[in-house]
Amino acid sequence: MQPASTWTPDQPIVALRDVHKSFGSFEVLKGIDLEVMKGEVICIIGPSGSGKSTLVRTINGLTPVTSGSVTVEGQEVHDAKLDKLALRRKVGIVFQQYNLFPHRTVLDNIMMAPLLVLREKRDDVEERARALLAKVKLIDKEDAYPAELSGGQQQRVAIARSLCMRPDVMLFDEVTAALDPETVKEVLVTIKELASDGMTCVLVTHEMGFAREISDRVYFTDHGRIVESGPPDAIFECPQDPRTREFLSKVL
Amino acid sequence: MLDLFAPFFQRLYETTGVNFTPFYDPYDWGRLLEGMWVSVKLILAVIAVSMVIGVVGAGAQTSKLRIVRFLVAAYIEIFRNTPPIVQLLFFYFGLGAITPRVDMGGWYEPIIGSFGWAVIALGIFGGSYNVEIFRSGVDAVPETTKEAADALGFSDFKIFAYITLPLAFRFSLPALTNNVISLAKTSSLAYVIAVPEITYTLSNIWSDSVNVPEMMVLLFLYYIVLVAVIAWLMGWLERKLALPGYGQ
Repeated sequence: MQPASTWTPDQPIVALRDVHKSFGSFEVLKGIDLEVMKGEVICIIGPSGSGKSTLVRTINGLTPVTSGSVTVEGQEVHDAKLDKLALRRKVGIVFQQYNLFPHRTVLDNIMMAPLLVLREKRDDVEERARALLAKVKLIDKEDAYPAELSGGQQQRVAIARSLCMRPDVMLFDEVTAALDPETVKEVLVTIKELASDGMTCVLVTHEMGFAREISDRVYFTDHGRIVESGPPDAIFECPQDPRTREFLSKVL
Repeated sequence: MLDLFAPFFQRLYETTGVNFTPFYDPYDWGRLLEGMWVSVKLILAVIAVSMVIGVVGAGAQTSKLRIVRFLVAAYIEIFRNTPPIVQLLFFYFGLGAITPRVDMGGWYEPIIGSFGWAVIALGIFGGSYNVEIFRSGVDAVPETTKEAADALGFSDFKIFAYITLPLAFRFSLPALTNNVISLAKTSSLAYVIAVPEITYTLSNIWSDSVNVPEMMVLLFLYYIVLVAVIAWLMGWLERKLALPGYGQ
């Protein structure tokens, strides 16, 4: 295992090299290369089933890779000797279906991991959790249960829950796909604020306007490969690959 | 306390022949109270044993070892597919006969008495249902919720203790209520191995005083009130643990 100390902030914080992933005989990722620098916001776009979600899930080890290498701050994610907890506190993930803990209040949802996993002091965690709730504009909902909130509110709690672990990288896996159109915006505003605060973000999204506005780089994936990548204006204005052109003509 | 209503029941017997002996005869009153107390103790012990078996069995069912899963499946098949009365007789007369006896200073007593065997037999019987009840509760906890905890760095044990178990217990409650009530009623079968619980006690009283109909009414009322209390308690627990807004 590569020691963490060899990583310096001028190197990619997340790096995927020739990542392959198969479910049974079905190859979902067919050699992905991708680099994210600290503070960068990248968006992964592409048709359904192109392996976008699988790709982001390999970054925090939720989906093991078949071959290839994924490193976060220089540490190999898919190393059997890896300290899982060390990785988890570096990389936060927000899911399409929010996946809050339904039996805990909003404040508890945010505080559980720092208390139980990092064993931090309750007062410190509570202060941080309240500050995060203020940031996602849900300060009056701290005693509510997840099922009492709208989808957009639940998703913002999920973002706050992830941030309370103070990650260096945030992954967003189609976080607005399950939301009503009117609540999509409040979640996107939250992510945008986060990005402008300098958080490194990897987003899988179908919100093309948002991807164009927020990202430093856009990756277009199809059939488990990155077909094209570049600055958002280049990808959206003059896509080079016919598959990118076809996809964008359908969704824009 | 008996003094309060003894004159009424004494008079009731003398004028109409309706004979509720436990309500005016101090000896039968004592037997009734003792019978109810043993019944309640038996039910609580049986529920406790069956719950422990249920949780452990549901856990063992997810074991990686095939033999463990097979043993749990065999246990469920055997004890759900045979009558509890046969199980009681099997444990008490079958296993009871070969368990060691202890020297009580001149005479010998079995190391496990009829009450003990009733707790074991009915606990194992109830547990066979609870395994499946808890398993279905565990299965109902969404994989994605556990995954979210995993992504936050929870260990497998912490996921089980803080996420899976609290949710599975809530999902299991309605089915668990049914089984607890069923077990409370089944506890009267301990009568067949002479556990001095309410059914056995009242049958002794009606043998002595030949007041079978009256004691039958009493027995019915006892179980109706008991089950009502259990149902109320379980309903209270369900409301207390309900997740606001969930499933609406």
